[in-house]
Amino acid sequence: MASIADVLEDRGICICAGSGGVGKTTTSAAIALGMVDRGLKVCVLTIDPAKRLADSLGLEELGNEASQVDPKLLAENGVTGSGELWAMMLDAKETFDNLVARHAEDAEARDRVLANPIYQQISGALAGSQEYMAMEKLFELHSEGRFDLLVLDTPPSRNALDFLNAPTKMTSFIEGRSLQLFIRPTGFAARVATRGTGVVLSLLKRIIGFDLLADLSEFFTAFSGMIDGFEERAHRVNTLLRDDETAFVIVCGPQAEPIEEAVFFHSKLVEANMNFAGAVVNRVRYRLGTKVPKLGSLRERIEAEKVDPDLAERAARNLIEYDVLARRDAENVQQLSERLDGEPVIRIPYLDTDVHDIAGLCEINRFLFADEETRVDLATG
Amino acid sequence: MLEFLDKRLIFVTGKGGVGKSTVSIALGIRAAMEGKRTIVVEVASTENTSRIFRQEDVGYREVEVANNLWAISIDPDDSMREYVLLQLRVKAMRDLLFKSRMFTYLAEATPGLNELVTIGKIWELAQLDRKIKHGRKYDLVIVDSPATGHGISFLQTPRTFANIARVGPMHNQARELEEMIVDHDVTGSVIVSLPEEMPVNETVSLERDLTNDIGVSVDRVIMNALYPDRFTERDIAELKGLEKSEDPELRSAHRAALSMSRRTEAQAEQFERLKNLVSAPISTLPFVFEPELTLKAARRMAEKIS
Repeated sequence: MASIADVLEDRGICICAGSGGVGKTTTSAAIALGMVDRGLKVCVLTIDPAKRLADSLGLEELGNEASQVDPKLLAENGVTGSGELWAMMLDAKETFDNLVARHAEDAEARDRVLANPIYQQISGALAGSQEYMAMEKLFELHSEGRFDLLVLDTPPSRNALDFLNAPTKMTSFIEGRSLQLFIRPTGFAARVATRGTGVVLSLLKRIIGFDLLADLSEFFTAFSGMIDGFEERAHRVNTLLRDDETAFVIVCGPQAEPIEEAVFFHSKLVEANMNFAGAVVNRVRYRLGTKVPKLGSLRERIEAEKVDPDLAERAARNLIEYDVLARRDAENVQQLSERLDGEPVIRIPYLDTDVHDIAGLCEINRFLFADEETRVDLATG
Repeated sequence: MLEFLDKRLIFVTGKGGVGKSTVSIALGIRAAMEGKRTIVVEVASTENTSRIFRQEDVGYREVEVANNLWAISIDPDDSMREYVLLQLRVKAMRDLLFKSRMFTYLAEATPGLNELVTIGKIWELAQLDRKIKHGRKYDLVIVDSPATGHGISFLQTPRTFANIARVGPMHNQARELEEMIVDHDVTGSVIVSLPEEMPVNETVSLERDLTNDIGVSVDRVIMNALYPDRFTERDIAELKGLEKSEDPELRSAHRAALSMSRRTEAQAEQFERLKNLVSAPISTLPFVFEPELTLKAARRMAEKIS
């Protein structure tokens, strides 16, 4: 089966999606590094990389703009050639502020939004804002055309779907139609301002409070001039996500829950007409043999190699427990392959040590960029 | 002893994938075994409770899943309706409100409102004098909180709202919720971690944020999925002979033992880091060598948390 390089052939954007804790950041960095090794100019967009990984890439002082990883660091790990690795850490709040600045009619409108207490409280924390801002940044970099490939490490969401829903959420939030309720002269804001006596309004006041209602209406009004800009932008982001150039790679773990989520996410991608390219399953325990080991016989055979009986027992049990998990992983991955209609599923083995430097990423890439046969040989040989 | 189970409300927090749901359920079982009427609350509709207790539908109702143990999955829409229900006692008024576009839009578009009414429902569950009709009294409410990132802003919502709405009913509600969260006698939190680089880092910053930014007490860090210390260096040296064996299974046994000892060593290193970097007391839970987490395993974990 395919290597990740086949999966990403002729693509300009790779979006790594998946639920939290499955190794998305590491996988994104590894994919980027591997494509650099193939001569591409790649930028990886990440949210919150592990400190040691960030350090090893020299990323400590990175902000909301892309910077190049020192080619010397790459060369030390055998990654030479014409490729370039760039990286940036996303700052949702800053991206949101920039977006407001871009869409505001004038400086006054911009400042009114930026100074609004509700905006200040929520611009970093608004549901879906981090996800949307990640896409926004992706769109911006893509428009600039500076890179051969962009790899996006999606934000740690409750579930991967938050990411897909983000543009819709964001537009419905600032959408014109609903907003008219608040901003038309005879509308909500005006009625709030004049302490109107409508029944609904008085009920709302009773459960929410006049001040908060007034603040909210001002907040929405402040956004009103930007609606068209936001909508148009979100539409273009959505189009880019569906472009043939864009590939979604689902990252997951081998346990039942992440596998189920991956299957679900795949179905949603297909439904939304987005290009699913393949799945990467991290931390898979490859089966070390084809037979299920038997405790008694295994222990005796180990003992026969002049191993202390107690140690032989422990070693035998250890392999048996490993095999239980390895069989589970194999079954779950099999399930995943079947449900993904034969699309590529790449298994990365559960390595002996955590990955936190370029050397570790290279180790992962021995699997990520190999074909299935080579992977099995490497992992079990 | 798990003295924090004597509080009324515990938020179980941590990075995604560290086992928050499992630990929440295990703590719930433990408290129930100690005779406390306990409810485990899911907020991200993950339905893990349903899975473990083989209960078809732990939804927005309090379902008894074991002796002394209940579960509920909080849905923000239902919480919003319930909130309105408690504010407006007259049915005609409520119907009017629910039907109005203005209300629907406000409920959907107001940032943070979902989180606020969710915490409101958690608060309601924790009241001895329940607000809803025929409400059951619980000694302890355990919340399987959203993953970090979302987790911090989740717990911050009441304060955010209390600040935005300077006066009025929403302000009073939010203020009351915030006071509950920062009351160390009533409310506590547990951070679930794993013996790996990123989860340890995140635990450290989470403890700092919960303590300094939220003001909630961090009562325990639970280091989950620790491997048993099976092989000493001498053991591994003694098994070295198997590496060149003609018998493939013996080579596998050697390889599995070597991996295990390296993994255990890496875990020990991260565990040491954690011990040096957090202030809260640390409990540990062993790795479960089973294909899927069963109720039996959750019970065993419940007994083992110390």
